[in-house]
Amino acid sequence: MSDTQPILEVENLCTTFTRGGVALPAVRDVSFNVGKGEVLGLVGESGSGKSVTLRSILGLSRRYGDVTGSVKWMGQDIAQMPERKLRHIRGRDIAMIFQEPMTSLNPLLTVGLQLTETLKAHTDMGRAARRDRAIEMLDHVGIPAAASRLNEYPHQFSGGMRQRVMIAIALAASPKLLLADEPTTALDVTIQAQILDLILSLADELEMGVILVTHDLGVVAQTCKRAAVMYAGRVVEQGDVRQVLRAPRHPYTVGLMRSVPQDVPPRSQLYTVPGTPPSLEALPQGCAFAPRCQGRTEGCLVARPPLEAIAQGRSVACFNPVIDAQGAAA
Amino acid sequence: MTQPVMDIKDIELEFQGSRTLIDFVKQRPGRVVRALNGVSLQLNKGETLGVVGESGCGKSTLARCIVRLYEPKRGSIHFDGKDIFAAGAKADRSYNRRVQMMFQDPYSSLNPRMTTGQILSEALSVHKMRPEGEIASRVAELLDLVRLPQDAAGKLPHEFSGGQRQRIAIARALAVEPEVLIADELVSALDVSVQAQVVNLLLELQDRLNLTILFVAHDLRLVRHVSNRVAVIYLGRIVEVGDSETLFSNPSHPYSQALLSAAPSLDPDDKGSAIRLQGELPSPLNVPPGCPFHVRCRHATDFCKIEVPELRALPGRGEVACHHAEEVSENA
Ligand SMILES: Nc1ncnc2c1ncn2[C@@H]1O[C@H](COP(=O)(O)OP(=O)(O)OP(=O)(O)O)[C@@H](O)[C@H]1O
Ligand SMILES: Nc1ncnc2c1ncn2[C@@H]1O[C@H](COP(=O)(O)OP(=O)(O)O)[C@@H](O)[C@H]1O
Ligand code: SF4
Ligand code: SF4
Ligand SMILES: [Mg+2]
Ligand SMILES: [Mg+2]
Repeated sequence: MSDTQPILEVENLCTTFTRGGVALPAVRDVSFNVGKGEVLGLVGESGSGKSVTLRSILGLSRRYGDVTGSVKWMGQDIAQMPERKLRHIRGRDIAMIFQEPMTSLNPLLTVGLQLTETLKAHTDMGRAARRDRAIEMLDHVGIPAAASRLNEYPHQFSGGMRQRVMIAIALAASPKLLLADEPTTALDVTIQAQILDLILSLADELEMGVILVTHDLGVVAQTCKRAAVMYAGRVVEQGDVRQVLRAPRHPYTVGLMRSVPQDVPPRSQLYTVPGTPPSLEALPQGCAFAPRCQGRTEGCLVARPPLEAIAQGRSVACFNPVIDAQGAAA
Repeated sequence: MTQPVMDIKDIELEFQGSRTLIDFVKQRPGRVVRALNGVSLQLNKGETLGVVGESGCGKSTLARCIVRLYEPKRGSIHFDGKDIFAAGAKADRSYNRRVQMMFQDPYSSLNPRMTTGQILSEALSVHKMRPEGEIASRVAELLDLVRLPQDAAGKLPHEFSGGQRQRIAIARALAVEPEVLIADELVSALDVSVQAQVVNLLLELQDRLNLTILFVAHDLRLVRHVSNRVAVIYLGRIVEVGDSETLFSNPSHPYSQALLSAAPSLDPDDKGSAIRLQGELPSPLNVPPGCPFHVRCRHATDFCKIEVPELRALPGRGEVACHHAEEVSENA
């Protein structure tokens, strides 16, 4: 991807909410790029800011919080773009699959109408073509008997099927960038495999870039080219997926890999990272991971470790990166 | 130990699909979604029974029947020897406390206008779990139990991330000290490190409180880890049930084999030997005759298209609903 200009460049993105006069820095200095056809995996603890990052890229966080930094879409800064202009990009060029399907599907409209309305807004397809496309998309995401379910309402679908409807809506207008927030978390493995195949083939054929938020490290391993790990609003490690999973350098990533229930006795207590993530109102002064870190040194409590390149395309935000961590299937 | 606390016998449940335009024109009723087609299961005291299966196969519907949100059209569910749908039984509120469900979508199951503290206090007072004066300290204890910071008590659901909300739902279920937990995709929305914490918590509470758990999830690694036994559902029917380790290391039903092979490996270079299922996807609107899996099965014979296979014990394995289970599991 080094020979082509990235389609999305996120630089120093910060999103801060305020509650009762207290600042909540949900996303802090996040920077990354996504190239054409590239799939970037975003992993991290819940509350680490993955969803807010995606929403901020799409300009959906401004209403609730203060967003700074730059988000360049095809070279054009969209972070400060007026809502009216941004709406043309959203849905057509950049589509998003939200984490909670029930809150983003309209319960009062049939699934078919929600699909065809998206197509009406973002393509110049005619009525019949839109209907055909809607059926085709539902079929792609594995909704059986798609044509006969167009007239049904979201509550008549199972949790996993609603999620698939969301995916169909997002992909219907063939976006150039897909922001997918845990798209397959509610799905079983066979449908998951099918949807990831679909996303990968669109990434490949239409050169669609993808940011895939997931906490399933297996999905990251099988789908992503690069991975970025977030903790307390910051990217703490980033790099080629093989390197990040096999030889994690940040102590948090190491803990994450060790928590996976693999090669451990059944029903035994699993490894967990000690402690809890910090509250956004009371972030530690130095490294946000310090209270939970076994490798912490004095300096960690004072200064914030910057995200620094340690090799080509690989960066870590830690003063004492782990050297020989046992990663996945290493 | 093998005294079942919950005995589910042959339950069937249908949903009336809404009428399509064609249905109106032809003046016929909407189609029927056959969500459960004769499910029998026993839950033994103190065990974890894992339930896996494709999305839409009826896992949540089964869970909802157990907590009486749905009433099956046929079949029965006995808890502690008593029929939970019997005329008098429905007024028995203690069942609602003793068997707790944790929902798949915590966002829609938490009242958006109530703070976490209010949600937990409500659960405690509705079932009179603690005298008024002790409620606040019990709320603090519960937050601790699910590893939420104490200031969470004053916040509304929308102020939490998805995973944090899931933990509120767990705290609410545990508040009433249930005997049976129905965990529908309980940890699916959680990231691995929190998932591990919650799983450890469940295993620990289970031992301590002798909890019986029905664990619905699609993360097979996790189901394998927590379950004593596992049931595989396909189109509203149990196709295989048995000891977790045996089933995971040697699945006997062709569908179980396909399902297990689809789990993504942690090694980017291990593309796996996934058995990609062929044929049309299953639809509970249109359950095929004979073995419901025959349209996608590599081992199907003509007999499979006619005769529904019953669950039967396979030596050295669990129970399997497949006419050709012997040959299939030999080739696996
Ligand atoms: N209220 C309802 N009205 C009509 N059909 C319904 C209703 N609830 C569920 N169904 C249908 O019943 C079937 C089983 O749904 P259920 O929610 O039990 O699936 P599930 O196995 O839990 O799936 P998932 O893994 O996606 O959560 C699906 O085909 C679904 O569309
Ligand atoms: N509208 C909001 N107002 C206040 N805080 C919020 C809001 N949305 C998210 N947050 C907080 O921001 C942090 C990051 O949330 P999120 O991005 O959803 O996490 P995740 O990494 O799980 O997707 C969390 O602490 C969450 O509680
Ligand atoms: S900077 Fe220090 S505290 Fe932070 S992760 Fe690295 S070693 Fe641990
Ligand atoms: S009964 Fe026949 S169709 Fe059904 S799973 Fe067995 S071999 Fe396949
Ligand atoms: Mg999220
Ligand atoms: Mg479900």
